[in-house]
Amino acid sequence: MPVKSKSLPTPELLNDARHPMEKYLRMDRLPHIWCSGCGLGTTLSCFTYALDEMHWTDADVGVVSGIGCTGRAAGYLNLDSYHTTHGRAIAFATGLAVVRPEKKVVVISGDGDLFAIGGNHFIHAARRNVNMTVLCVNNFNYGMTGGQFGPTTPIGQKGTTAPYGNFENPFNLPYLAASCGAVYVARWTSLDARRVKEAMIEALKRPGFSFVEIISPCPTNYGRRNKIGDGLDELRYYQENTVIRHGSDPRHAGIHPGKEIVVGCFVDEPRPTYLDLYNELVVEKNQFEKPSTLKKEI
Amino acid sequence: MGKRILAGTHFMNGDEACAEGAIAAGCTLFAGYPITPQSEIAEHISVRLPEVGGVFIQMEDEISSLAAVLGGAWGGAKAMTATSGPGFSLMMENLGLGMMTETPCVLINIQRGGPSTGLPTLVGQADMMQARWGSHGDYGVIALVPSSPQESFELTVHAFNLAETYRLPVLVMSDEVVGHMYERVDIDPDKIEVVERKKPSLPPGEFQLYKPGPNLVPEGMPSFGDGYKVHVTGLTHDERGYPVLNAETQHQLVVRLKEKIAANSDDIIRVEETATEDADVIIVTYGISARTSLGALNLARDKGLKVGMLRLITVWPFPEAIVKSMAQRVTGFVVPEINLGQIVLEVDRVVRGDAVVRSVPHAGGDIHDPAVILEAIEEVFAHAG
Ligand SMILES: Cc1ncc(C[n+]2csc(CCOP(=O)(O)OP(=O)(O)O)c2C)c(N)n1
Ligand code: SF4
Ligand SMILES: [Mg+2]
Repeated sequence: MPVKSKSLPTPELLNDARHPMEKYLRMDRLPHIWCSGCGLGTTLSCFTYALDEMHWTDADVGVVSGIGCTGRAAGYLNLDSYHTTHGRAIAFATGLAVVRPEKKVVVISGDGDLFAIGGNHFIHAARRNVNMTVLCVNNFNYGMTGGQFGPTTPIGQKGTTAPYGNFENPFNLPYLAASCGAVYVARWTSLDARRVKEAMIEALKRPGFSFVEIISPCPTNYGRRNKIGDGLDELRYYQENTVIRHGSDPRHAGIHPGKEIVVGCFVDEPRPTYLDLYNELVVEKNQFEKPSTLKKEI
Repeated sequence: MGKRILAGTHFMNGDEACAEGAIAAGCTLFAGYPITPQSEIAEHISVRLPEVGGVFIQMEDEISSLAAVLGGAWGGAKAMTATSGPGFSLMMENLGLGMMTETPCVLINIQRGGPSTGLPTLVGQADMMQARWGSHGDYGVIALVPSSPQESFELTVHAFNLAETYRLPVLVMSDEVVGHMYERVDIDPDKIEVVERKKPSLPPGEFQLYKPGPNLVPEGMPSFGDGYKVHVTGLTHDERGYPVLNAETQHQLVVRLKEKIAANSDDIIRVEETATEDADVIIVTYGISARTSLGALNLARDKGLKVGMLRLITVWPFPEAIVKSMAQRVTGFVVPEINLGQIVLEVDRVVRGDAVVRSVPHAGGDIHDPAVILEAIEEVFAHAG
């Protein structure tokens, strides 16, 4: 469980200091539950700055989350926001996206939610090229439930259920997303807030299934247990170990402790979306009237 | 544009009639995964939905099917999924989400023999208690059971209406025999009533997503993009929809989820009575078993036994008051169902010893032999002396 740091500012102290992105936040739900030093706050603010730069409002975008620390993101965003079941955010978002094609559905969830219990939905939504942006906050563990290892935990790293170190081969998320057909695939660390924001903008602009992995510290569980230190120490580790390789083959983007972390944009390749093909091959070919819901996609 | 309501007389199976009922009710999204004996619903609706401006999507499993239906519903669509036993089990997780978030939609289960893969092509009615209690936690349920293709059409329309009226996923618990049987289906547009989604009457800022009206049902449901910036969560939440994780909020919410069905049960419940006025023994049954029971009823009447039948069209909420009052005047009840005794437990609970209650179990694979039901009836008469 996330623990609240004693040094968190009290709501009284927050009274005067206004968040510049207040319009996108449910201020009546703050302070949030996330630990100090966690990368989730940075990621959420990157997302609000991305929306701001695009001049998007709740008329343009909605958010779906699964369950986990990351899954709580939906609850803090002042947009139509849906906090669903563990792993099912993408499936829920698929229904939302096909009946509201004129809007963008954004899924914000964790590595466990999206790639363990929800892995099947991820690969199929990417294959179908449903119009949605998936933002995965990868903290290499199940934060919410207390730091168990997960499908992205690197070999040798410890979790509460990997006391001797993880020996399962982890997913390489950009490679997985690329091979399933995502039209845009990028990875950044939450250290690099500007690039995270820019990648989010690029992902949101693309029609179809776009994916951004945000590598993010979880000092409370992952960092502490793996002797990485606090949130800042983990960010410092990223600073020293990431290399930017735009357009590189995501096959070589696997993460191994002590080795470099490849970041950048791996895929940017448009292809017809699910509803493009539905329109072309079902509706138009058979001269059905265009469904009222199938207005132009953004 | 294809016709939304196929007016006229048709020769259709129960599955196709469910699909036509959905479209007549205004369904524009179907998300499902193939499974026998449900596939005819998906196949039929995959032809029909594109004709009427809707979307058919074949998902990767039943978990995602119901999840997509819930998403579609919040997107503003009337949405449905359909499955059978194994898929119904997979849907229990998001059925709970639908109950907790009070999402209108329809879930059809064409029951086959279970447990597990069981009898893929053969009949069962053994998911009736799963329909009531299948997802974890407490909540009220509406489950309708058709006995014919005609009723499959009508009850699917009705299920959509109940879903909008009471804001929950409504279950249609058909079975393999009704699903696959071909019969005459009359579709008369003048007889079809459709309840549209109630939108909020208050502007954003004043509107509260889960503030209930006098009938305990939340008043109005905004769609994605309507400007209400809703927060919808499966966590225990207050009337704004915000998570509040304590005993008081849990009590407020969960009691209401149960009570919004219980308090309105008189308006929800539908039954059909056959020859019950003078009956000493009443057969309580539903779905295909009601049709077999009619055979037994006729055999009994031929023998001079005063037997009637109470057919449950609404199984959940259970028609307690009706059974209770019958128990005061009859000798006993006979409950044939294609399971090892599920709804008989409800009958027994309600009758509380005021009359004899006799189960007529059947493990599934085919329908009851009316002679077996007759035997049970005669036993009840013998017992009464
Ligand atoms: C069906 C189900 N199984 C298990 C859980 C418990 N659970 C809650 S969050 C979580 C893991 C979340 O991990 P991740 O998606 O990586 O998110 P993080 O907390 O790390 O951000 C689990 C296993 C659940 N809520 N539902
Ligand atoms: S991800 Fe880790 S650091 Fe962040 S809130 Fe959860 S437990 Fe705390
Ligand atoms: Mg995680």
